[in-house]
Amino acid sequence: MESNKYIVSAAPHIHTKSTVSGIMRDVIIALMPSAVFGCVIFGWRAAAVIITCIASCLLSEFIFTKIMKRKSTIGDLSAVVTGMLLALNLPPQIPLYMAVIGSAFAIIIVKQIFGGLGKNFMNPALAARCFMLIAWTSAMTTFVNPMMGYGADAVSSATPLAVMKAGEGTLPSLRDAFLGFIPGTIGETSVPMILIGFVYLLIRRVITPRIPLAYILTFAVLTYFFGSRGDMSAAEYTLMQLCTGGLMLGAVFMATDYTTTPTTPLGMIIFGVGCGVLTFVIRRFGGYPEGVSFSIILMNVAAPLIEKATVPRSFGQKGGSAS
Amino acid sequence: MALTFKGGLHIPDFKLTAKLPVIDLPGDKLHYFPITQHKGAPLKALVKTGDHVRVGQKIADAEEFVAAPVHSSVSGTVKDVCPHVNSIGIKTETIVVENDMKYETAENLRPVEDISALTTREMLWVIRDAGIIGLGGAGFPTHVKLNPPKQVEFLIINGAECEPYITSDHRRMLENPEEIIDGAGILSKLLGVKKCYIGIEANKRDAIDTLRREVRFNSGIEIMKLKTKYPQGAEKQLIKAITGRNVPTGKIPADVGVVVINVDTVYNVWRAFRKGIPVIDRIVTVSGDAVNKPANFRVPLGVTVSYMIEKAGGFKAPPQKVIIGGPMMGFAQYTTDTPVAKTTSAVIALLEAQPTYDPDMPCIRCGKCVSNCPMGLMPNHLNKAALDRDIDAALRFNIIECIECGLCSYTCPAKKNMLQNIAAFKPMAMKAARRGSTSGK
Ligand code: SF4
Ligand code: SF4
Repeated sequence: MESNKYIVSAAPHIHTKSTVSGIMRDVIIALMPSAVFGCVIFGWRAAAVIITCIASCLLSEFIFTKIMKRKSTIGDLSAVVTGMLLALNLPPQIPLYMAVIGSAFAIIIVKQIFGGLGKNFMNPALAARCFMLIAWTSAMTTFVNPMMGYGADAVSSATPLAVMKAGEGTLPSLRDAFLGFIPGTIGETSVPMILIGFVYLLIRRVITPRIPLAYILTFAVLTYFFGSRGDMSAAEYTLMQLCTGGLMLGAVFMATDYTTTPTTPLGMIIFGVGCGVLTFVIRRFGGYPEGVSFSIILMNVAAPLIEKATVPRSFGQKGGSAS
Repeated sequence: MALTFKGGLHIPDFKLTAKLPVIDLPGDKLHYFPITQHKGAPLKALVKTGDHVRVGQKIADAEEFVAAPVHSSVSGTVKDVCPHVNSIGIKTETIVVENDMKYETAENLRPVEDISALTTREMLWVIRDAGIIGLGGAGFPTHVKLNPPKQVEFLIINGAECEPYITSDHRRMLENPEEIIDGAGILSKLLGVKKCYIGIEANKRDAIDTLRREVRFNSGIEIMKLKTKYPQGAEKQLIKAITGRNVPTGKIPADVGVVVINVDTVYNVWRAFRKGIPVIDRIVTVSGDAVNKPANFRVPLGVTVSYMIEKAGGFKAPPQKVIIGGPMMGFAQYTTDTPVAKTTSAVIALLEAQPTYDPDMPCIRCGKCVSNCPMGLMPNHLNKAALDRDIDAALRFNIIECIECGLCSYTCPAKKNMLQNIAAFKPMAMKAARRGSTSGK
């Protein structure tokens, strides 16, 4: 009588409003404070790097999907996120052509070759950063003092991590390190800006605190007890280590990348702890003052194994859902 | 502190009709009674075209114990016994009765004089003869559940009603508290349990208060406040929340010393014993944004969905989806000719059927389905196993335990319709598992 008037589909008939592009948009919003702060203290050069990276990522994704005759995926906004993350992990003075090549590497080699969104096994932005570190070591490790970007003659300066590693040079005050008035990559210097993004992501339920907290706590505990702190107090040294380098940015935005981390709750904690241990080992014993990118990438590679080992015990296997 | 289980998710509950008292609707001209409404042995019609039937008269039954008869809700003439659409969209044998509007009742509807004089077996037959089945939606004959293979410790009455929109059990608890408590007493005696719990979600504060007042002087029954969270009313999750016990894979509640009965079922047990009236009517919530005046109706069984919609003021605008049951586990209808059966707790009409499956969007491995699954499964892997037709992987990830609550599909940002794939593959995997375990012996 009235057939075919209604849509017939399988249950459930309601869904959350959350979508992939919505989540990516939330990540972009969460990155805004850090990006804006980077532009303020490092000047127009930082803005140019951010825009270049986003544009190159989008373009790479567009061209690649075109050539492969796949449906264009730039609408899911994940390429914008990759571009922003990469830019925030680059020094503000980086030559723009390098930023372009790095972006193309992130999208084409790391993400699309492996099947695109959801399939890559390394965080595209971090893998690209590591590639750039190897390819252009000096350009990637030359940092400038904040607030100098406005003049033509930016003064290059050692990062606090490098100072601590070398045991010579002057360290900024803890307050400056926390607020972000130190040399570093565009988005990593200001802890408050990163924390604003963190809280936003938590409120929007984009991420859970499992990985960032496990990461930061593990690193802090190891550094407190086993750090080579020279003549600094353990607490001061630990705080300085936490506030400098890419630790906060990495823990909040990079180590929480869905695709390259385990989907199991316990797996996430193990992943965070692993990142913390590796970062500590690299910073403490490695030849290089920074270890966040490499640590996360190494854990990315281990993520499938961790996931396999942490399949939750189901309700019926008892204990699995004991609350 | 409200009790709960691990996993699950609070979802917007849209209980538009929670405050609306139940309205009695008269019968319609034609009443449709699907012959088999329960899970169990199929029934045979006891009447044929042209027969006269009365209210409460048994019109379909089976020889077997695991079956629940169907009774007419009106008096009149059997017009036809023919295939008609049922709530899961299948045409099944249905007895059509033309209502003579006289509502003459069958003579044999008599209350039980002295319940304590009955043996357990006799009590079970009273329940069976009243056609009582799991009215929360499960549809399993209640007398079978009440005859567990071993002595149990607790009776749990399920008043969680965790599906959005539905308020039929809620209204039952508010409007018939005495009957429910008396019914709970009858069932406790039948099962020989000392303790009965009634679990109610915290969003039904008034029902909790009403029933608590009713059991003030009754130490055998306790009202338990449960956290408002889907699927709190699923049998295993309810047992977990109240007793802390996990029903192991492949076992039934009785194995952990529990029998769970829906609250409306308890009311019907009460009515069968005290009034002698079988299941001939029920409360149906008619709701959703497409309905002009959402309401709770008490209808004689067999009226159609379109009849109730009309009584609810019709549609505001043509809905895209009409669902029987809740929006999480209910069935989308292609017609409004579907009759109200014993388990029809709600009819929900939605203006917009929300987007579901997006074939181009890959799983982004966000892990939301994993942390929300109330059974502690990994729906992302189950979905993949189902799509790959990989029976080994499906069994390794415990596909058998999926209770088909739909939370994984609900929560997935990539809009993977995983429940659909998992549910379709489950029977195959279970068959293979059975074959595997028998050949392994
Ligand atoms: S439908 Fe099955 S797999 Fe999905 S959340 Fe519910 S129990 Fe878990
Ligand atoms: S919720 Fe969807 S996107 Fe997220 S892990 Fe599960 S299947 Fe993948």
